[in-house]
Amino acid sequence: MPEIVFDSVEKSYGPTRVLEPFDLHLADSEFTVLVGPSGCGKSTTLRILAGLETLSGGEITFDGNPISHLDPKARDIAMVFQDYALYPHMNIAKNMSFALRLKKVAKSEIDERVQRTADLLNIGHLLDRKPAELSGGQRQRVAMGRAMVRDAGTFLFDEPLSNLDAKLRAKMRTELAEMRNTIDKNMVYVTHDQVEAMTLGDRIVVMANGVIQQQGTPEDLFKSPVNKFVAGFIGSPTMNFLDGDLTDVGGTMTVAGDGFSLPLSDALAARLRTHGGKAVTLGLRPSSITLEETAGAAIDLRVIVAEYLGAQSVLVTRCGTEDVLVEANSATPIAPGTIRTFGVLTDELMVFDRTSGLRI
Amino acid sequence: MLANANRLTPYLFLAPAILILAVALMYPVGYMIWASFLDWNPSQRIAEADFVGLRNYTNLFSDAAFLESLGVTLRFAAVVVTVEMVLGVGLALLLDRQLRGMTILRTVFILPMMIAPIVVGLMWRYMYHPTVGILNRTLKSMGLDPVPWLSDGGWAFTSVVIADVWQWTPFIFILSLAALQSLPKSAMEAARIDGATGWQLIFYIKLPLMMPVLIVTALLRLIDAFKVLEVILVMTNGGPGLSTEILALRISRTASEFRELGYAAAMSNLLLILLMVLTLAMFFYGKIMDARAARIRAEAEEAV
Ligand SMILES: Nc1ncnc2c1ncn2[C@@H]1O[C@H](COP(=O)(O)OP(=O)(O)OP(=O)(O)O)[C@@H](O)[C@H]1O
Ligand SMILES: [Mg+2]
Repeated sequence: MPEIVFDSVEKSYGPTRVLEPFDLHLADSEFTVLVGPSGCGKSTTLRILAGLETLSGGEITFDGNPISHLDPKARDIAMVFQDYALYPHMNIAKNMSFALRLKKVAKSEIDERVQRTADLLNIGHLLDRKPAELSGGQRQRVAMGRAMVRDAGTFLFDEPLSNLDAKLRAKMRTELAEMRNTIDKNMVYVTHDQVEAMTLGDRIVVMANGVIQQQGTPEDLFKSPVNKFVAGFIGSPTMNFLDGDLTDVGGTMTVAGDGFSLPLSDALAARLRTHGGKAVTLGLRPSSITLEETAGAAIDLRVIVAEYLGAQSVLVTRCGTEDVLVEANSATPIAPGTIRTFGVLTDELMVFDRTSGLRI
Repeated sequence: MLANANRLTPYLFLAPAILILAVALMYPVGYMIWASFLDWNPSQRIAEADFVGLRNYTNLFSDAAFLESLGVTLRFAAVVVTVEMVLGVGLALLLDRQLRGMTILRTVFILPMMIAPIVVGLMWRYMYHPTVGILNRTLKSMGLDPVPWLSDGGWAFTSVVIADVWQWTPFIFILSLAALQSLPKSAMEAARIDGATGWQLIFYIKLPLMMPVLIVTALLRLIDAFKVLEVILVMTNGGPGLSTEILALRISRTASEFRELGYAAAMSNLLLILLMVLTLAMFFYGKIMDARAARIRAEAEEAV
């Protein structure tokens, strides 16, 4: 399956620039996840790759061959559309088999493949219906099935699970994860869902406002985000950000702000010494704050609400005027309204330049 | 009591409209039906005419001229609607794209439809004129033989068809274009990704999705084609011979030239029945589609 390279690809609609020039390298058989807030250009990127939109600059190559002049048909791509895009006049079986029928695949094989895929997606009993007679989630599964019956080299998924209930979504996610490991295809997957992005992606590409912020493995993005945006986007519950100033307290680099003063680890301090500015934003993951105050640097937080999730709870607390999320074991009862000292694992802190947002 | 009154209220409000409709529509139709049973000369008052029962109708089927005229009408309608559908839909498929100047082009395309039929007839008659008409002049300048556009039976029919196609293709074109532009764009994109070529896209996606509109359009045109009169009246007046004498023309001649009002009424009724059948076909097409959708839904529900 092709190695796909975007070489300074850009896209404008008239005067509006939707995608800034970007480079992207999708290795053979890689599962790439595009994430980013609504309107950042994820669908546009997929549509350019599929050949549904022309690009305004740059070039896309498959194994080194430029393809931007090629029809969608010639790109050997299957796609799940964000709005399903089913054929309204065909029943589900016909919808799913359309590409195979155009390719003149033998009827018995078509039937077999359609049935197998439909059963996998739990839509086997709907094959005779028209799309208008299905629920949103069922249509979405048909859209998924229509792509999956095909034997394309590259699969594009535009938020394919967004309309499914939690249980079905988890099942489909497993299914996709398995597909990713067993079949040797390129997959590009757009999602809003943290868990989907982290569990499925070999590589995650974080986009915002038509600009790729960072790309890398899920671990890369989680452990070393390049900026505040990526740090805030990857990980659930989301990272807490506290504005503070760098100070030197008795030889220890410390970030102090409204209601907190946290010492930095030596490694971080070393990096910060060469950094000129004083105004920074501190990033703490909810998982880096523990109930044991002795586990790290102390911070006093007022607990506002405790969101019970089962074994874990997310505590919404306040530090000065900022909300701070804390991930805590539900075993320890915590009454809302109390002020409590928590321990911060200072090794896991991140510091961002407050003006540029870049991680230091 | 009150409930009863409430149920009647709508009819009360409808009553004036129904009354006017009854008078304006049913009276002439009833008059025509009654007349078709009479041997009625325009110099007589209707009460003086002899009642002849179904004779007018039975005569119709042994009247070679009438049958010829019916044949011409059927042939004309079939040819005209087929050609117009193919051209109109074809043009719509061609011009369904965002190009500069397309709006102006579309407007130009629908101009013929806006011209009064009499004017269209006159215009074409001049163009078909054997010596000074633009068509024969052009042929001549190219060194070709002139064509007897309106003076030869076979050609006259073709000429009349051409004029009608010229005037009414735009009708099909704009309706098809509207249908095309309201098709779901994303289904088209999905088909392109699924590997459909341009033609496959047209035959498997666009045309099937346009079909309900196309069927209604074709029926509307068909009904209209059965009633065409003015253009042909002006161009050929039915000639040469009976080659272009469509039913409407035959009826008007029977009434005004042969002065057989009863007979003309019988013809009109037959035409009316023909049109009624078409209209009902259209109506039932809609019904059948609805019923089909309902049945599928019911089956689907059962299957759950
Ligand atoms: N045809 C168009 N003309 C002008 N602007 C467009 C067009 N299509 C998309 N855009 C703009 O391009 C930007 C990116 O759109 P895109 O559909 O790629 O977003 P997205 O990341 O997929 O968002 P979502 O998560 O909501 O699906 C948006 O700001 C949108 O308004
Ligand atoms: Mg999108």
